[in-house]
Amino acid sequence: MSKKSKIYNFKHEYLGRSVVTFFGLLLILITIIMVLFLASKGMATFLDNHVPLTQFLFSTDWHPERGIAEGGPVVGVLIFIVGSVLISGLALLISTPFSVALAIFMTEISPKLGKKIFQPVIEIFVGIPSVVYGWVGLTVLVPFVRNHFGGLGFSMLAGSLVLAVMIFPTIATVSADSLSIITEDYKEASYALGATRWHTIRKIIFPCALPGILTGVVLGLARAFGEALAVQMVIGNSIRIPGSILDSTINLTSIITMDMGNTAMGTPWNNALWSMALLLLLISFLFILIIHRIGRKGNVSA
Amino acid sequence: MSKFKPLLFVLVLILSVSAALVGCSSQPQPNQDANQQQPAGPSGSATAVGSSALQPLAEKAAEMYMAKNPKGKVQVQGGGSGTGLTQVASGACDIGNSDVFAAEKLTADQAGTLVDHKVCVVGFATVANPKVKVDNLTGQQLIDIFTGKITNWKDVGGDDQKIVILNRPSSSGTRATFKKYALNGAEEAAGQALTEESSGTIKKALADTPGSISYLALSYVDSTVKSLKYNGIEATTDNITSGKYPIWSYEHMYTKGEAAGTVAKDFIDYMMGAEFKSIITQMGYIPNSAMTVSRDK
Repeated sequence: MSKKSKIYNFKHEYLGRSVVTFFGLLLILITIIMVLFLASKGMATFLDNHVPLTQFLFSTDWHPERGIAEGGPVVGVLIFIVGSVLISGLALLISTPFSVALAIFMTEISPKLGKKIFQPVIEIFVGIPSVVYGWVGLTVLVPFVRNHFGGLGFSMLAGSLVLAVMIFPTIATVSADSLSIITEDYKEASYALGATRWHTIRKIIFPCALPGILTGVVLGLARAFGEALAVQMVIGNSIRIPGSILDSTINLTSIITMDMGNTAMGTPWNNALWSMALLLLLISFLFILIIHRIGRKGNVSA
Repeated sequence: MSKFKPLLFVLVLILSVSAALVGCSSQPQPNQDANQQQPAGPSGSATAVGSSALQPLAEKAAEMYMAKNPKGKVQVQGGGSGTGLTQVASGACDIGNSDVFAAEKLTADQAGTLVDHKVCVVGFATVANPKVKVDNLTGQQLIDIFTGKITNWKDVGGDDQKIVILNRPSSSGTRATFKKYALNGAEEAAGQALTEESSGTIKKALADTPGSISYLALSYVDSTVKSLKYNGIEATTDNITSGKYPIWSYEHMYTKGEAAGTVAKDFIDYMMGAEFKSIITQMGYIPNSAMTVSRDK
């Protein structure tokens, strides 16, 4: 092979291929390193501080600052887990009907409006930084809840409402995608049998797109679970399990962001925060697993 | 043809590694050009990491220090007192900024390797929503409020209104100081108080929430919140320096060992020096030299 063709090959084939391969492998490597790092940090609570796993997961005693004289630090994180589950769950309940309805409207009822107006609007929502959501929540939503529902305003309800707005683009976009790929054949067959448009949507299109919609819902849930800043600003961060949706509470991400910088590395307190971070990672793995399950089921039935 | 592939890999690797390194903290580079040393000060670089309460002042100091001594580079980062102390103890940075004494966060062994430089003093005020009618709280009333024994403003001479406590996280230096000097170490009622991450958010929430009470560094106190007297004494610089008002703490800069002759030490000396004193006052802190009282733990 001549020298010229070597250079040609290099420029037109191997250069691009190498760069792409390199970054692909780098990404996998970074993922593995991060998981291993988090796992090693997160296990310190159990291996170095000898906190039993059951106590860590199922105890509501959170006294990481307690000195040896008073019985040593206690790190039970059930309050934070319950807080995360309740806030994200409520956000999902609020957001899902709106998002799915919007997705159906913009794909089936008025695709023209959907493309021209709804798509850009949703994209704008995705681009708003979470600190802005939090700030608006703190300024508008917290006083609103205080004046119209009672309580202090800093509440589970405020947190869930902020999250609901934040996850709606995720659910709506994924749902709309899965609705729009339903083939025309199904719709035409349904119309041919005399079904109305709403009948067709309810009996044919929605069930066919359900796996995709569920994927969107789980993705939304994953986002809700991992969101820290915006929620933290409006839920009040009282370390307790809320008695009502108007009570202030706290979640996993809030306690981590609040205490991370102010606790020294290697202390039981800091280790407990790492363990919570590991827990969040495991939960998000679980969500990804569920999404894959739904995806596979969808493929089988289609 | 195949010889290009490894070459390219190396190239891309170098690129990405160097890109990754840009984000990391710079290591001290002492004696880089030792033979050109001038009396102006040592050359090299120093990194200060930690307390966000001290960060604005340290950044200002770094800016002025570098203008005076161009050969010394000082970089200031936040991250929290815990981060600062851990990093300076492990040698990852040159100066660890902290709101609290190292012994309160680190083990005795780790804290023993560090040298404390008390660069300035920060005062804290008990603050309330501006609509609250109470002007003064005794130490005991304050303890009763924060431990949940008093829950209504009418019990301390105000309107019939529920008291809403706004706390900082239990790891915060401000909260630790307030608990130690205002509450005499009394344990706050669990699960009652709202907690906000930063002093800025506290200030906002305080102005918005009826009947709320909290505590802020004096540099944060302005007309949107109401500063309450403590045992009849106003939270002012004069009352703090004369020792009448007890709710204050040092801002510390820790070095590993004495660090003599380094940029880090020179920078700290500059910060504690006469030239920088007016800036400290201007930014809402109190110069250590103005204090007539002192503490060592």
